[in-house]
Amino acid sequence: MTTATAGATPAPVVPGSGHARAAGGSVLDLPWVRFAVRRAGGLVLALALLVTVTFLIVPLLPGDPARAIAGSSATPQAVATIRADLGLDRPLPQRFVEYVSGLAHGDLGTSFRYRVPVSQVVATRLPYTVQLAVPAIALVLVLAIPLGMAVGVLTRGGRRRRLDVAFGAVVGTVAAVPPYVLGTLLVVTFAIGLKLLPPGGAQTPASLVLPILALALGPACAVARVVRAETSSVLEHEFLRTARGRRLPHGRLYLRHALPNLLTGVLTLTGLILTSLLGGTVVIENVFSYPGLGTEIVQAIVSKDYPVIQGIILCVGVLALLVNLLVDVVLGIVDPRTLTGGHHGG
Amino acid sequence: MAVDTSLLAEAALRGPAPRRAWRRSPSLIAGGAVLLALVAVGILAPLLLSGPAGTLTGDANLGPGGSHWLGTDPFGRDVLSRALVATRLTLVMSAAATALSFTAGVAVGAGALLAPPRIRQGVLRVVDAAVAFPSLVLALVIAAVLGAGAGSAVVAIGLAGVPGFARLTYNLTQGIATRDFVTTAHLLGVPGPRVITRHVLPNVAGPLLVLLTSSFALALLEISGLSFVGLGVQSPQYDWGRLLNEALPSIYTSPWLVLAPSLMLVLAGAGAMLAGDGLARLVDPRQVHGTPSHTLRRQPAPEAAPADIVDEAAVLDDEAADDAADDAVLVVDGLVVEAAGRRLVDDVSFRVRPGEVVGLVGESGSGKSTIAMAVARLLADGLVAEARTLRLRDLDLLGRPPARRLATELGIVFQDPSATFNPALRLGSQLTEVLRVHLGRSRAAARDAVVAALTEIKVTEPARRLRQHPHELSGGMLQRASIAAALTTGPALLIADEPTTALDVTVQAEVLRQLRRLQREHGTAVLFISHDIGVVGALCDTVLVLRDGVVVDRTTGAALRAGEASHPWTAALLSARPGTRQDEERQFRQLRAQAAGEGMPKEGTA
Repeated sequence: MTTATAGATPAPVVPGSGHARAAGGSVLDLPWVRFAVRRAGGLVLALALLVTVTFLIVPLLPGDPARAIAGSSATPQAVATIRADLGLDRPLPQRFVEYVSGLAHGDLGTSFRYRVPVSQVVATRLPYTVQLAVPAIALVLVLAIPLGMAVGVLTRGGRRRRLDVAFGAVVGTVAAVPPYVLGTLLVVTFAIGLKLLPPGGAQTPASLVLPILALALGPACAVARVVRAETSSVLEHEFLRTARGRRLPHGRLYLRHALPNLLTGVLTLTGLILTSLLGGTVVIENVFSYPGLGTEIVQAIVSKDYPVIQGIILCVGVLALLVNLLVDVVLGIVDPRTLTGGHHGG
Repeated sequence: MAVDTSLLAEAALRGPAPRRAWRRSPSLIAGGAVLLALVAVGILAPLLLSGPAGTLTGDANLGPGGSHWLGTDPFGRDVLSRALVATRLTLVMSAAATALSFTAGVAVGAGALLAPPRIRQGVLRVVDAAVAFPSLVLALVIAAVLGAGAGSAVVAIGLAGVPGFARLTYNLTQGIATRDFVTTAHLLGVPGPRVITRHVLPNVAGPLLVLLTSSFALALLEISGLSFVGLGVQSPQYDWGRLLNEALPSIYTSPWLVLAPSLMLVLAGAGAMLAGDGLARLVDPRQVHGTPSHTLRRQPAPEAAPADIVDEAAVLDDEAADDAADDAVLVVDGLVVEAAGRRLVDDVSFRVRPGEVVGLVGESGSGKSTIAMAVARLLADGLVAEARTLRLRDLDLLGRPPARRLATELGIVFQDPSATFNPALRLGSQLTEVLRVHLGRSRAAARDAVVAALTEIKVTEPARRLRQHPHELSGGMLQRASIAAALTTGPALLIADEPTTALDVTVQAEVLRQLRRLQREHGTAVLFISHDIGVVGALCDTVLVLRDGVVVDRTTGAALRAGEASHPWTAALLSARPGTRQDEERQFRQLRAQAAGEGMPKEGTA
């Protein structure tokens, strides 16, 4: 429906109307433009914070970073090479400028272990992680929203107490199980016990099934709880009675009238849950010896390959920001009120 | 485990939960019991079980059963004992990390409140940006700096939790800090930090406790996660995560090794979840499943009564009796509405003839809106209605009337336009919905019909309004739009349930004027509900005065306009209005109404 009217909407002032919403009628008053400006500010700040934090990892290392990285048995030459590699002989502000300008050119440094550019390490590992995270996020939403809504509708106004209690108990328990435990239990059951699916690796599409399930089930239950609570509160709104007054078919009543309204509350919390799902991939990849960013960063931390650590943290951080941005854009589409106001951040 | 901080903040402003309320929260009791049991295990297990947990024996890699319930590991140590002994280290580390998050987070949050505005904004922005990142990634940064180990895992997870606590503390204290007693303390010269410790913190304790519980669970699971990937506790120490880590390589040969640590982690996670849930419900009663206003039991048939009983009331009711002819648009006979055995509406009968405006007037709680909603078949959950006859023209409202006829023959205008429009949908899609869904009109045809109706009721720029969302229009404009849309299907009856109560007086007059005008032009019968006997008198032909669900008086609009009241309750309602000023006020209204209709600037869109 937006396509038909899109051509007309950018005109904020209707000629002769005399009371257009914005006196000046500048572009800045369009909700989406204001949203973009506001959001861009937050994005820049978050990126700056992220870059600063990843930069600070090396200077913050206790003692002499070069010595710490090289290990106690390293020769002085090796330590000196590392010091030069990391630019530790130069002052901190200069190194920061170099770091940032390097990032701007796509230069993330060179891995100590592989002796190849970090960007290359990240580029080979990132697709694997995306392959896990994107289907997992999709699965979370596909499972949680229909389930939560269905239970919310069925238990509205105190109906079906037993379903309510059972749903709360099951979903609450699964949501409380961390993905790595869930993953381990899934491996024991489906890969070792029933021999249905491969226990790890990334060779076949089937080997993605267990890690994606392990990642998605917990968050799906957490989101389903939120959806259910939001559904029951939305169903009590007066505008739903208005919609009932139009005697709409059930599908239209719940999907068209209730769903967009509960998405506002759901998505706000879902953003938090989905970013924590990104953190979950780091751990879950290790359960399935899956060649993504998560296994790489753990190995890098153990072997003190700092450029790789920095690169991966930056990469996961940017992914988290993208997820947040996506959630906000979807929110803006679903509920235009969130474009202008700003209390949904917390 | 995400906690909606704004909900908690609201809860804090509502004040503390009553004492001993925890007894009513089974999930808090269950979760608390699990956590207490774990604490007991954490204290006792290392004292009692360090033998089987630590001694190397020849019973290597035994499966579950016999004297080793959950089997033994490759060194012949009892798996269950090791998992139980590991409880202490796991709990101590989680508690330490949570304490760190809490202390630093509360300090940052409270500090931001006391800081000058510019610094406060800076701190808050950084906190907000930090909240956007997965805490585990933040923890990995810290683990990278400090290296693998139990201590660094605690610091990493602890610091990663700081932004969350800081944000909540700030949200909570900011709400409280602007309340009277805090301002008073400030005025009395109590220093800032003291205001926070003495006056603010005690009031935010509840929500902080909820966050404390859930972040303890989160810290436990995340520290175990770090140990699990090999960045936390290092051998020979072990926590649950480390046990799981050590079990993973031999998962094919001895899968039972993962069982004990997994069980403990699930137990701890579920326990903390239950406890957190229970606490959250104590702090915020609204989170109880099903809201208190709708806990009433719904009975199987909402509106069920045989409609075949002879219309006795019509005989008693002389007004209804003298035209028993079946031209009435609406017949209500013997309507009773109950909620949990309480009668909200008691044996109400009336008719609405074609073109007639019938008013139901009474104080709030007199049952007038309940009657309207029973007629519209939109009663709230828990209300049960019965009637001898409930009929819209030839449509039996007690049976299962077809949705299409109900939607098109019964127009409804609800009370508060800011609440009755769907905030997420454009006005156009809402106002054209009945035409499109029930009359099969195309999108364009339906839009044209509604634009015409909006023009008729003097809504400015109707085509643009349809592309707007409800929050972009004023209440008066929304209410006129809903009247116009309700009339597009040519309904037999329009139910107007306090259509102007939520509007301010100037707007009220204009909306009523337009309602009256359209009603005359279309000849639509109206059932008009209001608590305002003046408005009812001005608008209605016939008036029913209600009190406690009973019709106490039947009169006419003309009589009310003349200030005549035969029944004492009607007289009381009339005199409750400022009688001497009544005419003045009416003149004032008419003036305003004229102004609003013609030359004055429109209501705007605020």
